[in-house]
Amino acid sequence: MAVETETLETVQALTQSGYKWGFETNVEMEFAPKGLNEDIIRLISARKQEPAWMLDWRLKAFAAWQKMEEPQWARVEHPPIDYQDLHYYAAPKKKAGPKSLDEVDPELLAMYEKLGIPLKERAILAGVDPDAAEGGSRQIAVDAVFDSVSVATTFKETLSKAGVIFCPISEAIREYPDLVKQYLGTVVPVGDNFFAALNSAVFTDGSFVYIPKGVRCPMELSTYFRINARNTGQFERTLIIAEEGSYVSYLEGCTAPQRDENQLHAAVVELVTMDDAQIKYSTVQNWYPGDEHGKGGIYNFVTKRGACRGARSKISWTQVETGSAITWKYPSCVLLGEDSVGEFYSVAVTNNHQQADTGTKMIHVGRGSRSTIVSKGISAGHSNNTYRGLVRMAPTAKNARNFTQCDSLLIGDRCGAHTVPYIESRNLTAKVEHEATTSKIAEDQLFYCRQRGLSEEDAVGLIVNGFCKDVLKELPMEFAVEAQKLLAVSLEGSVG
Amino acid sequence: MTFLERYETLLGKLPGDSALRAAASDAFRSAGLPGATRGRPSEAWKYTSLRSLAETRFRSGEPKHEAETILARLPLLDVPRLVFVDGEFSDRLSVHIANDGDGTAKSAEAPLSSPGSLKIARFADQPDFGTLTWPDREPMVALNTMLAEDGVSLHIPANHDCGTIQLISVATTDADLHPRHTIRLDAGAKLTLIEMSAGEGVYFLNTVAEIHVADGAHLTHIRLQDESLTAFHISTTYAEVAATATYDSFTLNIGARLCRTEVHATLAGEHATAHLNAVQLLMGAQHADFTSVVGHLAPHGTSRQTVKNVLSGRSRGVFQGRIEVARAAQKTDGYQMNQALLLSPDAEIDSKPELEIFADDVKCSHGATVGELDAEQIFYLRSRGVPDAEARSILVRAFLSEALDAVTDEAVRGSLERAVESWWQRNKA
Repeated sequence: MAVETETLETVQALTQSGYKWGFETNVEMEFAPKGLNEDIIRLISARKQEPAWMLDWRLKAFAAWQKMEEPQWARVEHPPIDYQDLHYYAAPKKKAGPKSLDEVDPELLAMYEKLGIPLKERAILAGVDPDAAEGGSRQIAVDAVFDSVSVATTFKETLSKAGVIFCPISEAIREYPDLVKQYLGTVVPVGDNFFAALNSAVFTDGSFVYIPKGVRCPMELSTYFRINARNTGQFERTLIIAEEGSYVSYLEGCTAPQRDENQLHAAVVELVTMDDAQIKYSTVQNWYPGDEHGKGGIYNFVTKRGACRGARSKISWTQVETGSAITWKYPSCVLLGEDSVGEFYSVAVTNNHQQADTGTKMIHVGRGSRSTIVSKGISAGHSNNTYRGLVRMAPTAKNARNFTQCDSLLIGDRCGAHTVPYIESRNLTAKVEHEATTSKIAEDQLFYCRQRGLSEEDAVGLIVNGFCKDVLKELPMEFAVEAQKLLAVSLEGSVG
Repeated sequence: MTFLERYETLLGKLPGDSALRAAASDAFRSAGLPGATRGRPSEAWKYTSLRSLAETRFRSGEPKHEAETILARLPLLDVPRLVFVDGEFSDRLSVHIANDGDGTAKSAEAPLSSPGSLKIARFADQPDFGTLTWPDREPMVALNTMLAEDGVSLHIPANHDCGTIQLISVATTDADLHPRHTIRLDAGAKLTLIEMSAGEGVYFLNTVAEIHVADGAHLTHIRLQDESLTAFHISTTYAEVAATATYDSFTLNIGARLCRTEVHATLAGEHATAHLNAVQLLMGAQHADFTSVVGHLAPHGTSRQTVKNVLSGRSRGVFQGRIEVARAAQKTDGYQMNQALLLSPDAEIDSKPELEIFADDVKCSHGATVGELDAEQIFYLRSRGVPDAEARSILVRAFLSEALDAVTDEAVRGSLERAVESWWQRNKA
């Protein structure tokens, strides 16, 4: 099914109103006291049964964080965040054993249903034998993160046969300490930036993926992140390592319950690829964006970075960002390996009072490294949407190449679209090309659609999907479908 | 003596509003020279640090070099010129505008006067700090406001074509100079202003110019910076362009150890036009920064910008360009192109083209390319028997000639071409 044929469904989705995924699951929560200090970090580390080195690592990050100031350079505005007024640890009381799905709270399974997780995956979560699933169809492994503790990990067996490790990072710290120690914090150091340091100090869970040499991961790996309890900041930590010649596609998607208080989300994602390895990382981000008056919504301050350490290795980021009150996110690639490749495909939609400051960094160090950036920003309502990106060619980046295309679309005259690219080249053989445009939906395009019987809103949905096609086609199929609907829902009420 | 110390010693002796100067000195004291103070430099000065400037001490003294010799090196045009030597107006070297005011005739003997209805005044006599600058936001403007002693105020009356006037700065000694200029074109007036600067020694020229182009007026502003390779050149221009008026500027930066050209152009009236084109030719350890902010405040404005850098040696070129479109500025058409040609493995380019858009019915785009000469083009020429060095030179010249096309006046372009040629010879040596 081609992505384009989904437009009809998109149009139908337009008629729905409000935040479709706004609900709260009533699982009893266990909170650590509010506030952030060394004791809380010790508590988190103890709850997670972490080794001493991990606690030391967290404390080091905390010390770094205390010396740092919240960055002010992004084009976002929000009331000051009181970091002492947040819970840094919350765990479902009914401790679900990751080994058995029977222990999963039925409320969680109901939640996945509401989230619209594909049937296949729900079947997986319901305990259907994966090998009995319809033949030939792609399999997806889900590591569901329910607030801070991973409650269910599926497909573990199939993956372990292939030698792939896919588990909550807290488990990896206990089970594979040497691997974690070797890579954790090497792409995003503990003191990298304010939010990364905070995450390093207090992260409670996330995913760990290890693909051994020469292995093509037998299925797409997927994590549904979800913020659930009131006033719990979410601090996910993801680490993906692709050894020589391996391949993995990782999907990350999120929706969050509707509520009024702003919530802080500061995740860190680290990717490492060795010689000839490839990681494809796709995100659909649909945290609660706040209501039409800008009340509530998630603050999404994320640090995502990949290191292409090996020759001919490749990291590809694809993101569709429709949610969050504030998005502050720059998935980046450090292209160290010779002929390594970095890609960034992004659609960012802001409506009402949303603010997005997002983009990428491509740091070219290796000879012959190449990068492509395609960014599509759509602003509507009273929102502000900024592309902020850096392309840096180090003196060693002989014959490196970059191509960047940033397009912005404005819907309505109360919103803003901004483009802030930084280009730094210190190698004469490196080539950098950058193009950016800003426009609105052309009258003739609208007229053409209206004349064929589409309503104005449907026409806008259609045109926006066309505008984003270059990015959407990079998404794995399951996500592409969801993303198209999200785009339309996000822009609801922005025309007419 | 530091700048602030000098200000203290000159207290009461400087012309103009002393309260304004005091406020500027406070602003400069708290801001300091960008890059020379502790902490992170501001975003506007991300790629240019004035640490080397802060470490250099300037003193005004006896001229060390002949102003005439320096002047003779510039590709001057046969039109009236106002010459400033070490920041002070030189009656002797200036060629004045004749009394008929048509701007074509000249008289070496006439005093600096206001012929016809054209009004010319020295800043030293009639200090005019203007209304557009922000000493509190721009440390270099604060420094200028604090220490400005001379400069020129040109006021072209309505519907008056003033032809071409050259405004020339010559530095002959190791001083810091802070010229302050104001250019006003009333409705329908027309002027081509050619600014050139050159000198010998370790000096610092910190110019601030304020430009008003009223309804339907047309200002062509050409600048050639050919300072000594040990000098510091910082120039900040604020231009306000009214309805249907045009501000057409072209800057050629060749000289100076460290150069920063900052232009703030505001399209305040409907159907206003601004062109901010520039070429920077650098070699050795030169650093040149071209920073521009085009503010579209009214509907139907047009802005065009092409900035080219040619970098050899260990030089570093910087381009920062921002197009801002306010809510009211519907139907804005903004375009910005930045190209850099790296000729040496040690050269560096930092480019930051920015769009900041708050109106939906606009057409704004920018493009940037960075790289070396196209290998295929070199091959094409070499396959036709052209030696490598010559093939490269042909291609660089083609790249530059395209940039100079923005200058439509042939005499002016010829003058700039001579400057490019002299850079070329110098670079070969």
